[in-house]
Amino acid sequence: MPQLPGLIKGLGVTARTAGRTLFPKRGWKTLIPAPQKGAVTVQYPHEKEAPPDRARGVIALHEENCTACMLCSRSCPDWCIYIEGHKVKAPPRREGGKPRTVNMLDRFDIDYALCMYCGICVEVCPFDALFWTPEYEYSEPRIADLLHDKDRLGEWMETVPDFLDYEAGSEQKVRKVPR
Amino acid sequence: MSLLALAYWQETGIKLGLALAVIPTTSLVLVYLFLFKMMAFMQSRLGPNDTGPYGSLQLIAEAIKFLQKEDIHPAQADRRVFRMAPVVVLASTFLLYVVLPAGPDAVVENLDTGVFYAMAVSSLSVLGILMAGWASANKYALLGGLRAAGQLIAYELPLILAVMGVVVQAESLNLQRIVEAQATGEIFGFGAIGNPFILTQFLAFLIFMIAAQAELTQTPFDMPVAETELVGGFHIEYTGFRFLLFFMAEFGTAFAFAALASVMFLGGWWIPGFDVDDNILNILGPGVMLGKILLISFFIFWVRFTYPRLREDQLQKFAWKVLIPLALANIVLTGIFKVVF
Amino acid sequence: MTATSDREQMAYVSAQAADARVNVELDTGDMTLNIGPQHPATHGTLRIACQLDGEQVVVAEPIMGYMHRGYEKLCEVRTYPQCTTLINRIDWLGSFANEVPFILAAERLMEVEAPPRAQWIRTILFELSRIANLALFLGDMGVQIGALTPVFFAFRDRERVLNQIEEVTGGRFHPNFDRIGGLKDDLPKGWIEETHAVMIKMRTFCDEMEDLLVGNEIFQARCRGVGVIPSDVALGYGLSGANLRASGVDWDLRRDANPGLAWNEVDWKVWTHPDGDSFARYWVRLQETREATRIVDQLLGGIPSGPIMAKVPRIIKVPAGEAYLSTENPLGEMGYYVVSKGDLGPFRVKIRTPSFNNISVVPWVMKGVYVPDVITILGSLYFILGDIDR
Repeated sequence: MPQLPGLIKGLGVTARTAGRTLFPKRGWKTLIPAPQKGAVTVQYPHEKEAPPDRARGVIALHEENCTACMLCSRSCPDWCIYIEGHKVKAPPRREGGKPRTVNMLDRFDIDYALCMYCGICVEVCPFDALFWTPEYEYSEPRIADLLHDKDRLGEWMETVPDFLDYEAGSEQKVRKVPR
Repeated sequence: MSLLALAYWQETGIKLGLALAVIPTTSLVLVYLFLFKMMAFMQSRLGPNDTGPYGSLQLIAEAIKFLQKEDIHPAQADRRVFRMAPVVVLASTFLLYVVLPAGPDAVVENLDTGVFYAMAVSSLSVLGILMAGWASANKYALLGGLRAAGQLIAYELPLILAVMGVVVQAESLNLQRIVEAQATGEIFGFGAIGNPFILTQFLAFLIFMIAAQAELTQTPFDMPVAETELVGGFHIEYTGFRFLLFFMAEFGTAFAFAALASVMFLGGWWIPGFDVDDNILNILGPGVMLGKILLISFFIFWVRFTYPRLREDQLQKFAWKVLIPLALANIVLTGIFKVVF
Repeated sequence: MTATSDREQMAYVSAQAADARVNVELDTGDMTLNIGPQHPATHGTLRIACQLDGEQVVVAEPIMGYMHRGYEKLCEVRTYPQCTTLINRIDWLGSFANEVPFILAAERLMEVEAPPRAQWIRTILFELSRIANLALFLGDMGVQIGALTPVFFAFRDRERVLNQIEEVTGGRFHPNFDRIGGLKDDLPKGWIEETHAVMIKMRTFCDEMEDLLVGNEIFQARCRGVGVIPSDVALGYGLSGANLRASGVDWDLRRDANPGLAWNEVDWKVWTHPDGDSFARYWVRLQETREATRIVDQLLGGIPSGPIMAKVPRIIKVPAGEAYLSTENPLGEMGYYVVSKGDLGPFRVKIRTPSFNNISVVPWVMKGVYVPDVITILGSLYFILGDIDR
């Protein structure tokens, strides 16, 4: 079979794509154009994309677990986490024991204007206080509003998805999200 | 001649109004149908979707946006020429519309030398492009303008030579007479569908379309514009309304050339195979014409969205070594057949 | 003429000046054309200063440094885990591939080796980022020479690969997933099957590109014989990657100097092309994308089970020493020369990026070409600006 000239083949490719976009359905509905289904784009404000569960959208803070140990703040490559805390005496765990010293969190701010979403803070946290969530709609008209305080970061906790199961052959343990 | 008897000034007024209304509308239709929607579908996208039903008012929104922009002149620009250039380009488009027939009587001016006039007027636009390129005081614009000039000289010739074949066969330069020749003609005695010249002049049609593509500076021959090398070429320094004029002229001319092609090769307003009364055709004609124009411009834009761009020297080579000899051969062949049959 | 008055003297001088000005303005010799720093063809802020004679380039000189971010210096004041976030941003289209050589160099200094499962997953992600990177090239080359549609196809299909990378690492462009001694996390369930499906899609994309561009006569007219780099010149300028292989040099670090990743375990081929022109560079990258999908498919089938982290201390201190390690990145040889003095962070990092060398051949190859060819050559040499000015 003689080869078709490349010019005609190219026209074929674009026409085929147009056909697939316009008529994505098979069967009796084939001839009704449905570009909404055939196009690969997502019409953003009307329909929303669902990022995968591991996507690094925004960091959530589980305040009860935080001991203000400052590890995250120190390991942040661009120093966008601000932590202040003070020590208080908590009642002893058991009857008759010594009163414990507990770190209370006064301030936990993440400046998302600076954050570069590397995830080191979440990784170094030894007490399971920081989590990624795939939420992405938190842009602000004013740059100062991108500084999320601990209440705002705590609200994100609701959107944290459960950790995913692993592929066969893995020896990792699936972690649990504290609720 | 027609149902209505109008004074000369009334008729002129109506025609002028129509022509003024038609050009923005046609470029709107082309841009929406092909540039916005067809291109999007060919690239698995949806195109503009929010402005108006199915995004059909997008271009109007864009036009309003252009009107709001500041009118900027480069400091070194030759101001008067810089301002005139888009008007000259648009004027060439306007003048083209004068001879395009949309029905047996529905034509602004039925010139006896219609084809000649159309070819002459369409090449005016390069003057505007050259003015724009020179007056912008920008090296990219200058390169774009000069490329456009070189391209026009190379492609005006095959365009005219291709049309010659049609003219020889129709025995007239009048566009209305060319349509009639196709309506009443017959191919070797078979006249049921008349003689659309695309069948007997297929070679001329191909050459005409290729040359028109170059004339309209559509990809594969869009070196004067060349977004990725000359960043817009001759209109690199234009903003706002002046850019809009260039934009409208580009698509208005595309429409006009599609119309010329459909008049000369597809039979214009005439419906193949049906013998319809003239007065009805005056009403149906524009619709038939529009259908044929959209078909032709579909091909123009399909090619535009698919192909890469040639280089200037390759384009010149192609024009002088392939298209012009072919067009000359076509004229000779047409002449021989005309004499023999 | 003898001047009889001051006034005539003035008139004479000004007339001479006007003549001189006209002569200068009408001089048709050379015109300097700055392509860039803001120009669509340089996709970033590269500047090519060209001397033009008409449309022909007499001299072309690339001027770099408009986007210098000082990464080598920044690495000196950061710890090893923090460095990878910077290194992600060097070649921003194939970012996972950037992390690997740095981490491997650090691992060599620490004398740890990642477990096999980690090495396999690293290789898979490496090849996925190669596909994502090269897919964009395949479309972008089309748009450089005027075809509108290929780049949209490229973005459409690259998105699928990026989604796969995001599902594992959490980041589309900046995964920051590689750790000294292994990986941050294991693969999520169901990922292998999805990736197989995506690889089929990518092969269809390669076929489409072949029909749309490679077979196209206009594309061939624009690319064949344009920007020919013979193999000795290519070696002399230190080109690497597909640019070198397109000049007929059979050289691939994945095969020749495998630093322990899983390429040895699968069956694949190094593609070369004898021509050395723009078309050859496009063709080699097209074949490489296909080959990469095959590598991924084979690797996915045989991931060994086991842990993904070797035993490394929680706070990483790299012992004193020096190590250079390079891998075959999407753009070419990318290497890191890491000098450690036993601190938390490196003492000095020298980053050898492929694009810097690839673009330095420009003055040689652009003599006497036309302005449109400048774009073709720039497109086919395929540089990423972050990779030039790191």
